[in-house]
Amino acid sequence: MSTEIMASANAEARAVTGAGPEARAMDLLRFATAGSVDDGKSTLIGRLLYDTKSLFTDQLAAVEAVSAARGDEYTNLALLTDGLRAEREQGITIDVAYRYFATPRRKFIIADTPGHIQYTRNMVTGASTADLALILVDARKGLVEQSRRHAFLCSLLRVPHLVLCVNKMDLVDWSQEVYEQIADEFTAFAAKLDAPDLTVVPISALRGDNIVTRSENMPWYEGPSLLHHLERVHIASDRNLVDVRFPVQYVIRPQSTTVTDYRGYAGQVASGVLKTGDEVMVLPSGFTSRIAAVETADGPVAEAFPPMSVTVRLADEIDISRGDLICRPNNAPAVAQDIEAMVCWMDETAPLRVGGRYAIKHTTRSARAIVRGLHYRLDINSLHRDESADELRLNEIGRVRLRTTVPLLADEYRRNRTTGGFVIIDEATNRTVGAAMIVEAT
Amino acid sequence: MTTPAAYQVSHLDALEAESIFVMREVVAEMERPVLLFSGGKDSIVMLRLAQKAFAPANIPFPVMHVDTGHNFPEVLEYRDQRVAELGLQLVVASVSEALASGLVRESADGMRNRIQTPVLLDAVEKHRFDALFGGARRDEEKARAKERVFSFRDEFGQWDPKNQRPELWSLYNGRHHPGESIRVFPLSNWTELDIWHYIARERIPLPSIYYAHEREVIERDGMFYAVNEFFRPRAGEERFKAQVRYRTVGDASCTAAVRSDADTVEKVIEEVAATRITERGATRGDDRVSEAAMEDRKREGYF
Repeated sequence: MSTEIMASANAEARAVTGAGPEARAMDLLRFATAGSVDDGKSTLIGRLLYDTKSLFTDQLAAVEAVSAARGDEYTNLALLTDGLRAEREQGITIDVAYRYFATPRRKFIIADTPGHIQYTRNMVTGASTADLALILVDARKGLVEQSRRHAFLCSLLRVPHLVLCVNKMDLVDWSQEVYEQIADEFTAFAAKLDAPDLTVVPISALRGDNIVTRSENMPWYEGPSLLHHLERVHIASDRNLVDVRFPVQYVIRPQSTTVTDYRGYAGQVASGVLKTGDEVMVLPSGFTSRIAAVETADGPVAEAFPPMSVTVRLADEIDISRGDLICRPNNAPAVAQDIEAMVCWMDETAPLRVGGRYAIKHTTRSARAIVRGLHYRLDINSLHRDESADELRLNEIGRVRLRTTVPLLADEYRRNRTTGGFVIIDEATNRTVGAAMIVEAT
Repeated sequence: MTTPAAYQVSHLDALEAESIFVMREVVAEMERPVLLFSGGKDSIVMLRLAQKAFAPANIPFPVMHVDTGHNFPEVLEYRDQRVAELGLQLVVASVSEALASGLVRESADGMRNRIQTPVLLDAVEKHRFDALFGGARRDEEKARAKERVFSFRDEFGQWDPKNQRPELWSLYNGRHHPGESIRVFPLSNWTELDIWHYIARERIPLPSIYYAHEREVIERDGMFYAVNEFFRPRAGEERFKAQVRYRTVGDASCTAAVRSDADTVEKVIEEVAATRITERGATRGDDRVSEAAMEDRKREGYF
C-alpha cells in the first residue's frame, strides 16, 4: 500500500472507529492471521491499524525511511510487524508478532504469524489462544495448498470462527463469479474439516474495499465489511459455561495477625460457572464440599465464569494444593494416565520418538510422560496418514499415545481448550518442544 | 465491569484476569521473584495487579528499583510512599554506587540507560532472583511485540530472539537451570490506552509529573527536555517555560516531556486516544539510536 493511499484512507471511517475515552465497555477479541506478504496480509493488517488510528506517524515514518533506503517500490508494511533485526535483514517473518487495535466496540489482539510450512509451530502458537482466524487468499490464484493447511490447523486448534478474505478483488475486476467459486470451494473443504463458523468476505486490502465500510465496487456482495464482522462476531457463547473446571493455581493463606484462618484457592476459571453454595468435587482426591464464597480483591462475586481470575473458598477443610481441580460431582473430567493426543512437534534439535521421556504441563499441573506409541504422522497438506512413521520432526503433527507419571484431570480438547491441551517440555534443555491436544484420556 | 447475565467481561477485566493469572503462576512455580518498580505508570499498575492477585495476603515478593541516580524527585517520593503503604521490601540497585565501585563506567553521552543493565544483572545475581516482573508492553516497540510473556534469559541475562520458547494457551514454561532467569511481562497485552483506562477505573494515584504542569524546558529533536541537574542545555538551546507532562518516566537525563494541557486522568485519556505518535517515539532519546536499538539492548539483558 502506498503512503498516498494510506493517507487518503477513510477519514470518515477513522472518526467512527477511533477508540476514544468512551471505549470502556468494550470486550476483547483475539484473532490470528496467517499468510505471506504475497497474499497482502501485511497490507491488510496495516490497513486495519491505520483505519482504526492504531498506526502512529513515527512508526509509519520509520517504515517509509527503511523502505526507501532498500529501494522498495512501495512502503513495505511488513516492516511494521517484522520487529527483529534478522527478519528485516532477510525480509522474512520468523515469529509471532502481536499487534493491537481497538474500536469503540472491541479491543483486538492480532497474533500475526508467518504462513510458510516451516513456521507451522508459530501458527499453532498463534491459533492456540485465538477466538477467530483470518485466512487470506489471492483472488487471482484461488485456494492454494497453504490456504487448506491454514484451515486445517485452525480446526485442529479449535479456533471457533474462521474468516476467509478473498483479497485483491480489484485485480479480478471485482468479479462475483471468481469470488463465488473460491467461496464455494473453501466452504466445501471447511465442511470436511468440521470447521466451525465460517464467513467469506471479498476485499481489496490495498484499496480498502470491504475493510471498514462496504465496497461500492462489489454491490453484489451483501455481507458485512471485515471490520464490521470482527466487531460483531458473537464470541461470548464460544466459552464453555457448562462444565465447571477450576484448576487450583495457588493457595492463599495470609500469614497475618489481622486475617486469620483464611484459606482460599486462587485460579482462573477454565470453564463453567461457579456460584456460592454449589456442591463441588475436588480432584484427584474426590472429596466433596460446598463453595462458601467466590472472592476477588474487590470483594465477593455472585458467580465466576471464564476468563475470571478469582479465589474460591470451600465450606470444609480439605487438603487441596496447586494442580488439583475443582468441578461438580456429576460432571468431572477424566482422571487419566493414558492419553491419546494430536501432537505438533516444535523442536528443531531432536524429534519426538517412541520411548522418549518428557516433562509436561497441563493446566496448573506438572508431570512426566513417556511416549508409548505413534499411530500416524499427518501430512498437513494432503491430510494423508502415514502409519509407518516412527518419529515427529519440527512442525510435524501426529497422533501420539502417552503414559503420565501422575493422573491428568483432562477433557477432550474439542470440548475444552484449557483442560484439553498441554505442552511437552524437554527436561534437559527446558525448552517447550511440543503442543498436544487430547483426543482421549483414560 | 462484568455483566454476569451475559457471562461477558470487559476488555479491562479480561486483561486484569490474564495478568493476575500470570503473576500467580510465577509465585507458584518460581523460587525468588521480584517486581521491577520504577515509579512509572506501568510498574504502578503492575503493583496494583500484584495486590489483587494475592489479596487478602500481602504481596509475596520484594520490589526492586534500578536507580540511575537521575531521578525525578516526584517519582522517588512516590516510590517510597507506595512501598511504605504496602509494607514491601525495597531493593535498590544503584547505578551511582556501581560507578563508584567501578562495576560500570559513565558512557560518553552521559546517558545512563545502557549502563543500567550490568547493575540490574549484578543485583539479580546477588539476590539470586530467578523471576523478574517487568512492566513492558508489546505495543511499545516492535522488538517487544515478539517477546514472550515468560521470557527466558541465560546466565548472562541475555535474550535470544531467535530461540524463544513457544508459548501456547496459558501454559507458561518457567523452567530454568541455576543462574538462568525468566523475565515476566504481565502487561504484555495492554496498550498505553488500556493502562490509562485502568488507572482511571481503579483510581490509582500517580506521580504528579504524569499530569500537565509548567516546567522550564529546551527543545531538542522535536522533544521537550526539562532543565535540571542531570540535563544541561547545549549552546544555542533556548530555555523557556511550557505546559508539559510526561508520557513515560525513565532516566531524567534522556526522558522528554510532551506539550500538554491534560491535568486530569480523563484529559490524559482523551489526549492518548487522539495522539498520532507512540509514547517511546515522543519521549525517549535512547530509542532513536538505530532501527534495532531496543532489540540490541534487550539482547544484553535490558528489561
